[in-house]
Amino acid sequence: MSIAADWMGKRAIVSDDYRGDTPYMIEAEGLVKSFGGRKVLRGIDLRVKEGECVAVIGPNGAGKTTLIKVLTTLSRPLAGNVRLVGMDIRKEAVAIRRKSGIVSHHTFLYDHLTAHENLKFYGKMYDVPDLDKRITEVIDAVGLRARLHDRVGTFSRGMQQRLSIARAILHDPPIMFLDEPETGLDQEALAMLSGLLKTLIAGKRTVLMTTHRFEWGSELADRIVILHSGKIVFDEPGRGMELSTLRESYRRLTGAGS
Amino acid sequence: MSGYFAKVFAILWKDILSELRTRETASAVLVFSILVIVIFNFAFEPDSDTIETVAPGILWVAFTFSGVLSLNRTFVLEKEKGCLEGLMLCPVSREVIYWGKMAASLAFMLIVEAIATPVFLILFDLPLFVPELVLVIVLATVGFVAVGTLLSALATNTRARDTLLPILFFPLVVPVIIAAVKASETVLSGGAWDEMSTWLQVMAAFDVVFLVVPSLVFEFVIEE
Repeated sequence: MSIAADWMGKRAIVSDDYRGDTPYMIEAEGLVKSFGGRKVLRGIDLRVKEGECVAVIGPNGAGKTTLIKVLTTLSRPLAGNVRLVGMDIRKEAVAIRRKSGIVSHHTFLYDHLTAHENLKFYGKMYDVPDLDKRITEVIDAVGLRARLHDRVGTFSRGMQQRLSIARAILHDPPIMFLDEPETGLDQEALAMLSGLLKTLIAGKRTVLMTTHRFEWGSELADRIVILHSGKIVFDEPGRGMELSTLRESYRRLTGAGS
Repeated sequence: MSGYFAKVFAILWKDILSELRTRETASAVLVFSILVIVIFNFAFEPDSDTIETVAPGILWVAFTFSGVLSLNRTFVLEKEKGCLEGLMLCPVSREVIYWGKMAASLAFMLIVEAIATPVFLILFDLPLFVPELVLVIVLATVGFVAVGTLLSALATNTRARDTLLPILFFPLVVPVIIAAVKASETVLSGGAWDEMSTWLQVMAAFDVVFLVVPSLVFEFVIEE
């Protein structure tokens, strides 16, 4: 699979996109979220600078997906302040959605539509200019040009996840959220996704990813955050951290195996 | 504003394309509604005196029950692969999603009704050319699809969505169904416009209310 060199990330984004008065693209202060009286996020304080890649790891039920849902405006916070690209998540949700892309374990793709029809649909929803040209760029970037007019339902899980990345970057968002994108992928697909993520992260795009893969944290992320029972219990520089150190910290702080 | 309608249309077109590929909703709903009409046709003699009284009821039983079947499917497709979240992540207000889904459901129901109504009129030996009936059907369908789309979104986040939708739906649409039955009865018995104007007004008022209210509350229904 060939990946176009400049398909994602190598762009001066912040001067055009940023609307706040702090250097942070993602800011959460005292973020609380509960479901049915059970607090899932218990006062999260998190700041992510422009171009920074932060990996959030934690056991199941730690609140990783809920954190992503709140940051992407899918879920309303119970308390706390959240700003993305300088905009308040409660007041400017629609504008924030335009500035963020998400790759999840769900692909958000329609099985009965072709890859082209899926991208065309999302492109229209995001008002992507020169849409056909952009579809060609992103589909080439994820190496699916030959399957562009095939129905997504006929794709393997790995191909669907690659198409999901194409969908997420279609509108060229300055912030990317990756919510356990590795879920359900075999080793070959994982290796391919890992390559795509490296290209995605290499640019100036701000990335927040949740993952169970510790090696992605230590290889790809500038910072590693461990979330446990809805609280941040670890926040250290990531890239270059020994995997064994990370595993040991994780075991010690969460009481879970890795 | 053109962007607003373009996005509503994008959702509508996406649903139409999916339906053309799968034929899961419209064909099942069409078969169901025709089956209901045929079964009632066997139960009542077409030339009996009671037919003018019961025929409108039969028509609306068929449309209402098949409508629930169709509306139950409205958000099922979106739940697969988390597509509903994908839609909600798009930079559009939640009401755009409501209007797009509502338009798609309305289109499917009107297509089903356009095929099932002549079958009903032929089987019950009623006049085939009744343009006033078209008006009644469109007004009533807009009303119950507007309510049903909202309730379908509400039910889709629950485990008991198949049973929850009819339980919530039928009590709410009673006014529009009663008005539709009464107006259809007047039309099919050759009554004058004046006789059914009250029922048409009831349906129009219902439509206005239930086109405005869901678009205002949809975001609270669809979000966690």
